[in-house]
Amino acid sequence: MITTPPSPPPEGPNVLSLEQEVYARFKTAISVSHGEGKDFTIEVRRAHALPALCKFLFWEAGCSFGGIIVEERIKEWHVLYLFLSREIGWIHVILEFPIETPSLPSISAMVHAADWYEREAEDLFGLQFEEHPRLGDFILHDQVWQEGITPMRRAFDLLQPHFDRRPNQEWRPTLVVRDPGAFAMPVGPVYEGGLGESVHFLLETVGEDVIRAAPRLFYKYRAVEKIAEGKTALDGVLLAERFAAKSAFAHSLAYCQAVEKTSNLDVPVRAMRLRVALSELERLRHHAGAIEAICQSTALNVSEAHAAIVEEQLLRASCYFTGHRYLFGLNTPGGLRRDFDAPVCRSLLEAVDDAVTELRRLENRLRYTSSFLDRLEDAGVVTTEAARDLDLLGPVGRASGLAEDLRRVRPYSGYRDYSFDVACEKEGDGFARLRVLFFEVQQSAMLIHQAIEALQPGKVCADGLQIVPGAAIGWAEAPIGATVHWLRLGEDGCIERYRILSPSFRNWLGLHVAVENFAFQDFPIILATFGLSATECDR
Amino acid sequence: MAFWFWYGLRKGIQSTRYPRAPELATGVSPGRPLDTLFPDGAEAARAAANCPVSAITAVDSRAKVDFRKCIYCQRCHFGTQDQLHWDSSFEWTQAHSPRVGYEPLPGDFSRSLHVIVVDAGDCGACLNEVKQLNNPLYNIHRLGIFFTPTPRAADVLLVVGPVSENMRGPLIKTYEAMPDPKRVMAVGACAITGGVFGRTFMSAGGLGSVLPVDLEVPGDPPPPLAVLHGLLVVTGRKQPCPPADTVYEGG
Repeated sequence: MITTPPSPPPEGPNVLSLEQEVYARFKTAISVSHGEGKDFTIEVRRAHALPALCKFLFWEAGCSFGGIIVEERIKEWHVLYLFLSREIGWIHVILEFPIETPSLPSISAMVHAADWYEREAEDLFGLQFEEHPRLGDFILHDQVWQEGITPMRRAFDLLQPHFDRRPNQEWRPTLVVRDPGAFAMPVGPVYEGGLGESVHFLLETVGEDVIRAAPRLFYKYRAVEKIAEGKTALDGVLLAERFAAKSAFAHSLAYCQAVEKTSNLDVPVRAMRLRVALSELERLRHHAGAIEAICQSTALNVSEAHAAIVEEQLLRASCYFTGHRYLFGLNTPGGLRRDFDAPVCRSLLEAVDDAVTELRRLENRLRYTSSFLDRLEDAGVVTTEAARDLDLLGPVGRASGLAEDLRRVRPYSGYRDYSFDVACEKEGDGFARLRVLFFEVQQSAMLIHQAIEALQPGKVCADGLQIVPGAAIGWAEAPIGATVHWLRLGEDGCIERYRILSPSFRNWLGLHVAVENFAFQDFPIILATFGLSATECDR
Repeated sequence: MAFWFWYGLRKGIQSTRYPRAPELATGVSPGRPLDTLFPDGAEAARAAANCPVSAITAVDSRAKVDFRKCIYCQRCHFGTQDQLHWDSSFEWTQAHSPRVGYEPLPGDFSRSLHVIVVDAGDCGACLNEVKQLNNPLYNIHRLGIFFTPTPRAADVLLVVGPVSENMRGPLIKTYEAMPDPKRVMAVGACAITGGVFGRTFMSAGGLGSVLPVDLEVPGDPPPPLAVLHGLLVVTGRKQPCPPADTVYEGG
C-alpha cells in the first residue's frame, strides 16, 4: 500500500474532490491508495475515526453501502467496509487490528444498513462491536446453540457432526410492545403448508395494526461461506449457484467475475453477450414468479394462474435452451460451459416474446381490477428517506425512488453497450413495487433481444484458466438487487475465504419499515411485494 | 371485473394429462445421466473423475451413476469427450431402501392425499418445483392431492433441503404432530445426501439421519412431474423406479 497525498486526478473532477475531501477531513487517521480504475482504498489507522468516516461517505458523499467483509489473518483481523459511489465506483475502507483484541467501533448508529452485517460478524467471528445495542442470537439461534461458538474462525472444524451443544432451553423471544392488551402473533417457520420459505415472524400488536414486526431468519443457514473454504475455484461455482436457486445465474456470474478478475482472464465477447441474455432470462422468470406471488397474496386466482403459467413456460424454455430449468451448470470462470446455436437462440426469443406478451396482457387486466389495486395501493409504504436510510436494493429500492442499478452504475459483462432504462417510482407502496416488476420485464426482454442479435461467432470460454492467488470482488444485479461476491484465492488455487453480500440480506432488514403500522391482513401482501428470498439471505 | 371469469373460461384446460397419458411438452424435465458402457476403462475413469460430487464410479469400462449423490450439474454431458447417456424421463422416485421396498398408503388415500412441505434449508429450486404442482399446467387437485397448512391433517411429509441445524427442531415437531399412517418423502439431492452442502456442523447431510424416510425423489431440483410421480407412488398409483440395471453403450 502506498500512501498518496492528493495528486492530479487521472480523469474528471469528481475523483479528486471526494478523495481530497476525505483526505482533508481525516488525514491524521487514514491513508489512501488507488485501485483499479477510479476505485480507491482508504486504510483506517485510528479505529475511532471509522464511524465518522463511514458517516461522511454514506450521508455526505452519497455513497451506498455494500457490506462488511471480515477476514481472519494470522496476526490481525482485516475488516473491509465496502461503499459504492455513483461517480467513482467501489470505495474500500479497511480497518485492521490485532488478532488477540477482537473489538472495533460499531458504525450502525451512523449507517443503519450496517446493523445486520455487524450482528452477523459478532455471531460468526466473535468480533465485539463497541456500543452496538443488540448482539448475539442472530444466525446461531439461542434455542439451538450456546453463545460463544464462532464457526467462521479458522480454528473451527466444519465437519464436526456431534458438536457439543448446550442450547438455551429458557430462550423466549424479546417482546417490545408493552401496552395493555398487547400480544404477539407468531408466524412460521412452517407456514402456508410449507410452501413459504422457512422464516419466523413475530408480529406484535394490540389489535388491528402491526406495531412491531421482527423477522427471525437464518433457519436455513447452511454455512455456505465456510463450506467453500478449501474448494477449488471451479467447484466453488456449484455452491455459488446452489445457495439461492431463484437468482442462481446472477450469483454464479458474480462469483465467476471475481475469479476472472483475480486471474486476469478475459471473457470472450460471445460469452459476455450470452451471459447478459441468460441473466435477463432469469430476471424475467423471477419477476413472473414474483408477480404470481403478489396475485396469490391478494387471492385473485385467475391472475395468479395466468402468471404461474408464464413462469412455468419460462422454466421450460430455460430447460430446453440450456438443459437446466434454473440455469445451473452454465457459468464457469472464463465464460460459459456450452454454446447455443442460432435456431436455439431464435426459439428462446420466441418464448421470451410470448411470455412478455402474456405479462403485458396481465398487467392491463390488473390495472382495471379495483379490488386488486385497493389491496396494493398505499400498502406497505417505504418512503424515499426510509429506503435511503436502510439503503434498500433492487426493485424495492427502485419503487421508493432509489434508481440504483449495478448494470448502470458499475456495468459488468458488457452492459455498457446496451440501451435500457432503469425503473424508478416515487410512491414506495405495494403497487409501485408491482409496476417496477412489470417495467423490468419489458426491459429484460429488450436486453435479451439486443444481446442475441449482437451475437458473433466465436468461443464461449477463455482457454487456460490459471488461478493467480489474490482477492477480488465480482458483482451482478440479481433479480432481487445488487449482489457482491468477494473471494480470496490461496497459493494452491483454492478458496481461502468467500463472502456473499446478497441483496435479500439488506432488504429483509427493511421489511419491518413497510409492515409496521399497517393492518394484519396487509402483511402477506406487503411480504409478497417485497419478493424476498430467505435462502439468499441465510446462505 | 367479470372479465376475469370470462378470461378464465376462455383459456380452457391447460393441465397435463399425466399420469393418464405421457407428457410430451419440451423442457418439463432436464433429464439425468445413465449408466454407460465405454469402449475402455480409461474413458470411464475420466468420466468418474470429472464428477464434482463422486456420483459416478468406474467399474471396469462401465460408468455407474449414483442418483442419490448426483447434483445434475451436467458436467458429464456438456463440454466433455466422455459423455454419459442421457435419460429425459422424470419417473425417478425410488424407495429409500430398495431391498426392503416400499409399502404404499392404504387405498382410502388414493383420491385424497394431504401433503405438508417443510423447507429445511433448501435453495429455493426444489421448493419452487413443488410449488409448481399448484400451477394450472400440473394442477394436482385434479388427482385429489392437496397441500395442507397443518401437520394434523397431513398424510405425507415432503422435505426439501439438507436439514439445517436451526430447522431440525421445527422439522421433528412437524413430523411428530402428524397422525398415523404417514409417509416421509425426501425431495432433491440435498434432502437425500446433503448435496453440495454435505454433512457439516450446520447440515445433517440429508433427511435420513433425522427421520425415517420412505421415498426419495432424486434431482437437483427434481422437476414438478418427478415430484408428482413421487406423490402417486405414495398411494400406490404408480410403481417406484426400479434400481438401474440397463447399461448403455457410450464413448
